[in-house]
Amino acid sequence: MAFNSLADFFAMGGYGFYVWLSYGISFLVLAVLIINTLTKRKKILKTVTQRIAREERIKKAKNRKDTL
Amino acid sequence: MWKWLHPYAKPEKSYQLAGKLLPWFVVLTVITFIIGLLWGLLFAPADYQQGDSFRIIYIHVPAAMMAMGAYSSMAIAAFVALVWQIRLAEMTVAATAPIGAVFTFIALFTGAAWGKPMWGAWWVWDARLTSELILLFVYLGIIALYNAFSDKVLAGRAASILTLVGVINLPVIHYSVVWWNTLHQGPTISKFGKPSMAVEMLWPLLIMIAAFATLLGALILMRFRNEILTRESHRPWVRQLALNNVKITGKN
Amino acid sequence: MKTMFRALFSAFFQVVAKELQGAFRHGSDILNPVWFFIIVVTLFPLGIGTDPALLERIAPGIIWVAALLAALLSFERLFKDDFIDGSLEQLMLSPFPLAWLVSAKVFAHWLLTGLPLLLVSPLLATFLSLDIDTYIALFLTLLIGTPILSLFGAIGVALTVGLRKGGILLSLIMLPLSIPILIFSTMAIDAASYGQSYIGLLALLGAMLITAIILAPFAIAASLRVSVS
Repeated sequence: MAFNSLADFFAMGGYGFYVWLSYGISFLVLAVLIINTLTKRKKILKTVTQRIAREERIKKAKNRKDTL
Repeated sequence: MWKWLHPYAKPEKSYQLAGKLLPWFVVLTVITFIIGLLWGLLFAPADYQQGDSFRIIYIHVPAAMMAMGAYSSMAIAAFVALVWQIRLAEMTVAATAPIGAVFTFIALFTGAAWGKPMWGAWWVWDARLTSELILLFVYLGIIALYNAFSDKVLAGRAASILTLVGVINLPVIHYSVVWWNTLHQGPTISKFGKPSMAVEMLWPLLIMIAAFATLLGALILMRFRNEILTRESHRPWVRQLALNNVKITGKN
Repeated sequence: MKTMFRALFSAFFQVVAKELQGAFRHGSDILNPVWFFIIVVTLFPLGIGTDPALLERIAPGIIWVAALLAALLSFERLFKDDFIDGSLEQLMLSPFPLAWLVSAKVFAHWLLTGLPLLLVSPLLATFLSLDIDTYIALFLTLLIGTPILSLFGAIGVALTVGLRKGGILLSLIMLPLSIPILIFSTMAIDAASYGQSYIGLLALLGAMLITAIILAPFAIAASLRVSVS
């Protein structure tokens, strides 16, 4: 252990602001990238299911000959 | 000899292969990140010159290395894409560019946050930071070009060409910047450690480099799968996948 | 064999001649980038004062950045008209290699945009109080550097010619790639102003030019195939 107490750890020998800023921003940006990648996948699959649903509705409407 | 590779030239097979590899990469990434961060932040001794501020090295150097690593894999993929006309390689280029840009940004930001206590300024025209900045510009150019095309097949090919043009240029850019920097040497004596590091400091660095490398791999796999899904969205297998996905998550 | 070479060269010069004719028909278009170049350089003494020592110190950077911007402005014309009127597709159907024909186009473009910058450079050297040795270095770097800019720019234009908002994208793509030219050129001019030798830097620029002449046409041809399909 390079630090004696939790306060020491957060202070980082007086460089706490720079160290935690670096780590904080880095992991924030990485988190945004990961979330963006995951939501993109969901969005793609959702548009595909919506398209399938629409196509099925159109098919059903065509099969129903009693309208007009 | 290469016959066993053929099925993987089909998007569906590649999608499945990427899906099989992904969990391994994710697990390795999580493990290496936990070990590397704990070791680097808690157990590595403070640097006798820079104190605890040197702990920024554990993200700065891995991010910078993997920013270059991402570009190298893009360049290889672009070469494969253009010489053998393989669509999947174009998709790899498109999938990797944003990751490379984010890693380069992290390298730049941590470099600046490290420079402030060491040099007394957020930005110093240090050779390494300057080439990272230019690398970021190159990445953003590739991403902007890719997004400007509405036809993603053409977009992938254009991005591949630009990637290859960039890979010839990047070494020249790097050496020109290093040379320029030695001539215009201001108060900047590079304090970013040369490999005279103590072993207790080096091990966590190596682990963090492995962590960023596996993270890069995992993100490339994820975005590569996304690219395949987007371009194959009319194929039956993607429709089946989407329907199954709805059943599992249970909502519409 | 001999007839093949003759055919290749006559095709090259036909393309160059056609480009030049087209440009002179439009007339004033040729001069616009040159005017832009002169005006940008004029802005600097107005903005930062007229101290000759200061101007001489920053002249290489000013002139080269202005040359880069002027080159960027002129690129749009390189393939745009041909793309719109379909003569680009004709170029692709010609029996000669596309890379060869586009190098002719780039050469003609350099004659129309790079060469005029060289011709007005003495004027700018007097504006920025450069001495004769420094000016010679500036001239040589422009002579070697502007063709590289034309070749790089042609790659960017070929990639973006099919897009509606290609202009700004072109600068995003091209400017980072042209940084080494800027660095080597301004270093050579600086060295000249201190009375040092700058042959090595010129040789580096020359090596870049040769590499660009060999490789860029293939990149341009490949990019055009993407844009036209």
